[in-house]
Amino acid sequence: MAIFSPEKRIWWKQPIHGLELGWIIVVFLWGLFMFFFMIAWHFIGDQNLSTETYRIAPDKFVERVEEFAEEFQAMDENGEPIEEEGVPVVRPAAGGDVYLLARLWEFWPIIELKKGESYRFHLSSADWQHGFSLQPTNINISVHPGYEHVLSLTPTESGVFGIVCNEYCGIGHHTMTGRIRVVE
Amino acid sequence: MTTIDHSGAIAGQQPVYRSCRFTGLRVERSAELLIRANAVAAVVFLALGGLMGLMVALTRWPAVQLLPAEWFYLVLTGHGANVLLFWILFFEIAVLYFASAIILGSRIAAPKWAWLAFLLMIVGAVMANYAVLRGDSTVMFTSYPPMMASQWFYLSLILFAVGALIAVFVFFGTLVVAKAEGTYNGSVPLVTFGAITAAIIAVFTIASGAIILVPTWLWSLGLISEMDTLMYKLIWWGMGHSSQQINVSAHVSIWYAIAAMLVGAKPLSEKVSRTAFLMYIFFLQLASAHHLLAEPGLSETWKIVNTSYMMYLAVMASMIHGMTVPGAIEAAQRRNGFDRGAFEWLRKAPWGHPAFSGMFLSLVMFGFIGGISGVVLGTEQLNVLMHNTIYVPGHFHGTVVTGTTLAFMAMTYLVVPLIFQRDIIWPTLAKWQPWIFGAGAAGISMFMMGAGTLGVPRRQWDIALSDANLHYEFAPGAYLMMGMNGLSAILAATGGVIFVLIVVGSVVGGPRLDAAGAKLRFPLHDAGAQAVSHYGSEKHPKLTGTAILVTIFFISFVLYYFINWKYLSELWLFN
Repeated sequence: MAIFSPEKRIWWKQPIHGLELGWIIVVFLWGLFMFFFMIAWHFIGDQNLSTETYRIAPDKFVERVEEFAEEFQAMDENGEPIEEEGVPVVRPAAGGDVYLLARLWEFWPIIELKKGESYRFHLSSADWQHGFSLQPTNINISVHPGYEHVLSLTPTESGVFGIVCNEYCGIGHHTMTGRIRVVE
Repeated sequence: MTTIDHSGAIAGQQPVYRSCRFTGLRVERSAELLIRANAVAAVVFLALGGLMGLMVALTRWPAVQLLPAEWFYLVLTGHGANVLLFWILFFEIAVLYFASAIILGSRIAAPKWAWLAFLLMIVGAVMANYAVLRGDSTVMFTSYPPMMASQWFYLSLILFAVGALIAVFVFFGTLVVAKAEGTYNGSVPLVTFGAITAAIIAVFTIASGAIILVPTWLWSLGLISEMDTLMYKLIWWGMGHSSQQINVSAHVSIWYAIAAMLVGAKPLSEKVSRTAFLMYIFFLQLASAHHLLAEPGLSETWKIVNTSYMMYLAVMASMIHGMTVPGAIEAAQRRNGFDRGAFEWLRKAPWGHPAFSGMFLSLVMFGFIGGISGVVLGTEQLNVLMHNTIYVPGHFHGTVVTGTTLAFMAMTYLVVPLIFQRDIIWPTLAKWQPWIFGAGAAGISMFMMGAGTLGVPRRQWDIALSDANLHYEFAPGAYLMMGMNGLSAILAATGGVIFVLIVVGSVVGGPRLDAAGAKLRFPLHDAGAQAVSHYGSEKHPKLTGTAILVTIFFISFVLYYFINWKYLSELWLFN
């Protein structure tokens, strides 16, 4: 026997305090609002992450990125390919496809975009999971091997942007970066 | 009409009871020993994991960068396992035994199985540390494939989980025993009810863990050729996030328990508080989807349904507890005679009792820091602003450290005198401990969130990116935030060391409380034992102060939510 004998009442028949009821209504309506606001942003907002995805073998994706880099390699006035720190700078057609490869430990190649133009980005990994983190704008997207994520991106500002890996990918994780240049 | 053997779990072994001289509750010997063992193991892993956490924070302080890169990633993996799994689960098992055997005045069911569970959990926890320290399992707590840890890492987690599952079933068995032997009438008290929700969620969690960790283990043994990375993430988070809901159910139960024992608080309405606990069971598991908002291949509809319908109803449950717990305290304090104005009840609350201050700080910070940031992170579109930045650990240190860990520390100040029967040593230091630890933990959470909004990645050794081929310079504010995070970690670690010293010192050399006439240094409320082990709601209380508190909370929540949408609208366009 418990030393205190409880009231034998059924808990779902207990009355509710007025403040509790009021708070429950407020909280419920707020939850509903947050639910509808996510849906609404698909109509009123411009930042809805694309879900277009294809399965692709990692080595196939590497080939595609290499073809893309070769086709759109940026050239200087002397007809020499432009590189930064040994990484080719690639200038895709405005409104065209962009292939960006994440691998141990770099984002390859460097991409040069035009401000205000929309591009179809293809993101995937050659090996482990990586994190595409575009700085300082702070756009963060997971990158998986075997899945090609296709998303539209329109830069709204010009300058040099860093890509920093933000999914732990082994001992070189903190050396994994990339670059996107946006020109007027 | 029962098949339970009333003479004890095993023939010839009569359960031994004592009557607690401070609460009058009936305490069975095996239950008491099991609570002690699990609580001691919890504190050991807290000390180990906390030390690792301090090393992580000091490494991420750019001006200090304590550990070399290889050690940093290794220690970070160990930190996650030791505090997020071992400290919290050992303590939760102690809480489950307390909420069943002690609060219901019952014997524990199958004590031998409970000891087997404890043994398996210890073997698992030690093996995990061995696997991590060997250096070939630096895969982080989440261990996302195709990165592979040693087989011992996965096996250790499986053993630990099996142990925890057995312990959960001992808890369920104890409920059956208590019912059959009539140690209570009617409904179980609210604290036990909350513990039952935690245990039910634990079964789901451990099942998800088995579904993903067993194949991953076989993969590490070479018996399975490939692990799909998205599938792994989806199922792993069925364990990873649901396990956080065990914590929430457990620490909310502790909020109610401490409020009951220290000010004699009864729930405002049993119906509301219990329904809120039930909502955790119904909705939270699928809310794990918010870990996958930045992944390819999952539809918008799937993301919205899982993060709103599921998550908001679980958030709603937490917001209800966030009102009913202070409400219950206010009602009880007004009954205790502190009825003037809106806040006399709060000013005159037993702030000198570390269990009360720890519990109230946990309540406030869990809501304001961990809760609000969690909803923002878990919003379909907003996630892209912070996914995998250090904002994420900022958020979950707000839930798991300022919320769960602080609540568990607060509970320990009651477990030591009542279960170990030793009084708390160094009472002045004990009074300050929750504030020191709480301030440090709040700093850790908020400075990491601040750094995350500036783009600093999580789990990364060097934000200066010194060894990267293509350089990028983070804003100076990011360095400041990471430095402040390091300082906060030192403060939290100080609070942690004080906690461990007080607990170990009290258990080993605290004044004995089993002698006649012994008095508690930090007394309980006269009606505390009745309130915690008794079923029943408060009658018609006045709750002005609580109404003001929840209004402040709600306004903060709404403002912070919309500020983030404004940030999002300034991003590059995704079309």
